[in-house]
Order: sequence, then structure tokens, then C-alpha cells
Amino acid sequence: MLILIVGCGRVGSSVARAMLREGHEVSCLDEDPESHARLEVGLEKSWEDLGGQFTVGAGLETEALVAAGIERADAFIASTDGDNTNIIIAQIAQRRYEVPTVIARVLDPLRAEWYQRQGLHTVCPTSVAVDMLEGAVRSAAAAGGGPDGSAEAA
Amino acid sequence: MYIIVIGAGKVGWNLARELLEKEHEVTLIESDRRRYLTVEQELEHNVSYGDASELWVLERAGIQRADMVIAVTGDDEDNMLICQVAKEKYLVDQIIARVNNPRNRQHFDLLNVKPSVSATDLILRLLEHEVPEYGLVHLLDLQEEQLEIIEMLLGADSGVTGRRVGDLRMPDGSLLISVLRAGKGFVPSADTVLEVGDEVLAVLDPGKEDELKVLFGPAGPDGNGADA
Repeated sequence: MLILIVGCGRVGSSVARAMLREGHEVSCLDEDPESHARLEVGLEKSWEDLGGQFTVGAGLETEALVAAGIERADAFIASTDGDNTNIIIAQIAQRRYEVPTVIARVLDPLRAEWYQRQGLHTVCPTSVAVDMLEGAVRSAAAAGGGPDGSAEAA
Repeated sequence: MYIIVIGAGKVGWNLARELLEKEHEVTLIESDRRRYLTVEQELEHNVSYGDASELWVLERAGIQRADMVIAVTGDDEDNMLICQVAKEKYLVDQIIARVNNPRNRQHFDLLNVKPSVSATDLILRLLEHEVPEYGLVHLLDLQEEQLEIIEMLLGADSGVTGRRVGDLRMPDGSLLISVLRAGKGFVPSADTVLEVGDEVLAVLDPGKEDELKVLFGPAGPDGNGADA
């Protein structure tokens, strides 16, 4: 299975390494040639020696997407640092190249939710963080004390 | 009309000013604080500070009652997203999007963000119109109707001059609609003979330009266009 990841920052590069380790074919596309180095953090060999592919280019450039293998990709992950970029290129992957699985990282919960309802698979790290923080506070409160600091009756 | 303009660069600022002069109600949204403060000195309450790709910023500007949204930021992804949301989520009747990089126009079309305007494209077309050696000028794109109208100037080397219109092998999906000769236009008949210096107008299905260019362009060694 070929997985194309556009945006090779902390998130993109970590997902790329994990997918490669699991035996998938992985291709990364990023505007910044330096992001190639991030891919190799913690690897014993070079990204290419391990079978990975890396292309320099923007997610809106048709030539770059094709060079990175979008036409035969089974999965497409949009994880650049721009919400709007991710939403737009994910729709291009979906509608123009008909990639079977398309996922967009969207930090803004409102945009993530609306596009999810339009049929685009979005992942919102902000919502995940909010849920975890709320959960942590609730369990601390339940274990420790009430809002005024006094211990609650068991 | 209530019009929301996104992006207070040169285009957005001037547009907002003109629309206000025509007595429309206008909100101009700008995400850069310094730019906002500059523009606000002139346009006052008609400018709003915020990132218009945030839905709550659009809602605060009253997008639910907007008649038109015009996205003219310097970022094509932002313009596409804002117009898509305006049209599909808030059901705004009319949108206009600016295309910064003409190569991105295909993406605007794919996401059904229409009409979109590219200054680069417009200047290129103007250039083609002013410099007739370019051969073929787009006069009109009827995207919904899937038609284009183009104009061609017949040079001395054109393969069709001296020939009857009825003898031309026009590509399927194209039609010669008029001839401009010595400042006068007329609808050609099959017996009209084309002359050097004629400007011909043709209506065609999109994508037929190249075939017409070959037919009306210079007669090549293979006798392109001059197949009679």
C-alpha cells in the first residue's frame, strides 16, 4: 500500500516513519528540502535506503503531486502547517485523483467539524488535546477535592 | 447589497472603497493587525480585524445575510476555502475568488469556486489582444455553457486566406460566426473568401483552440489547414 504524506513536520515525519516500519510504501512531499533530515531522526539508515521516497514541492503543484506518486496512492495524508492548505489538497486528492483514503489534519475544530460533515475525513489535534485536558482535570478533581479545595465525602 | 470583501491588500482596499461609493454595504476583513489599522483610518467601521478562514469571524461579519463574498487575499488556498465555505455552508448567492497563481485555476474549478479572476491571466490575454502575432485571442469563456469565443487575425502566411469558408474543414464543435474586414463585421456565408487581415470570430467547445490554431495559422510544410 502506497501512503503519500504532504507536509513533513513533526506529525508528518512521525507518521511516515511508523508507516514505513510497518512495511508500507511511503512517499513524502514537502516544500522545504531540510525536512528530509527530520524524517531520518532516529533511523539507522537513510530514508531512501529504507525504501522511503521524498519529493520537494508544494501540495498544490500538480507536477509535484504526480512525482510523489499521487496517481497510484492508496492513502493520502495532508499534514502541512496550514489548515486551509490541508483542506484544499485533501479535496484535490479525493476528487481529482480519487485516492481511496484521504485524511486532513485541521487544527481549527470548527473547520474540522464542518468539513467532516461534508465527507472529508479530518483529524483535529486541538479537539483531542481539549478532551484530554478536560479528562485530566476531571479525574484530578474526582480524586482530590471539590472546586473549593475541600475533600469530598467518599 | 451587502458585500463582504476578504483581504485588505491593494485589490481589496480599492474594491471596498469603490463598492462603498456605489452605496453598497461593505465589510472588509483583514487578518494583519498593522494593515488593518492603516485601512481602518479611512474605512473606519467598514473594516473588521480577523482571519476570515475562521468560521466565527465570518459569522461575526454577518455572512448569513451577505449577498456576495469576494475573496482577494494573496493566498489561493485561503481564497478557495473561504469561497467554498461561503457558498456551501452559508449559502451566499454570489462569490468571486481571486487566483494569484494561474496554475491554481484548475483547483478553483475542481472545487466549484467560480467565478475566479486572475490578474495574470487577464494581462496575458490583453497582451495577446494587443500583440496579434500571438494569433488567437480569448474573448469570452462561458464555463457553465461549455463554450468559448475566440478571435483570430489572418496573417499573410495563414493557410486559409484566399479560400472559401465552405471549403474549410472546421473541427467538430466549432463554428465561424463572423468576419471583421476593414473595420466592418459581417456573418460569412459558405461563399465568403477569406482575406489577409481579416479578423475572424469563432465559437467552439473548450479545448478546440489548438485545432483552430493549426487550421487558421501559417500553412505548414504538411499543408496544415490547406487541405483543399
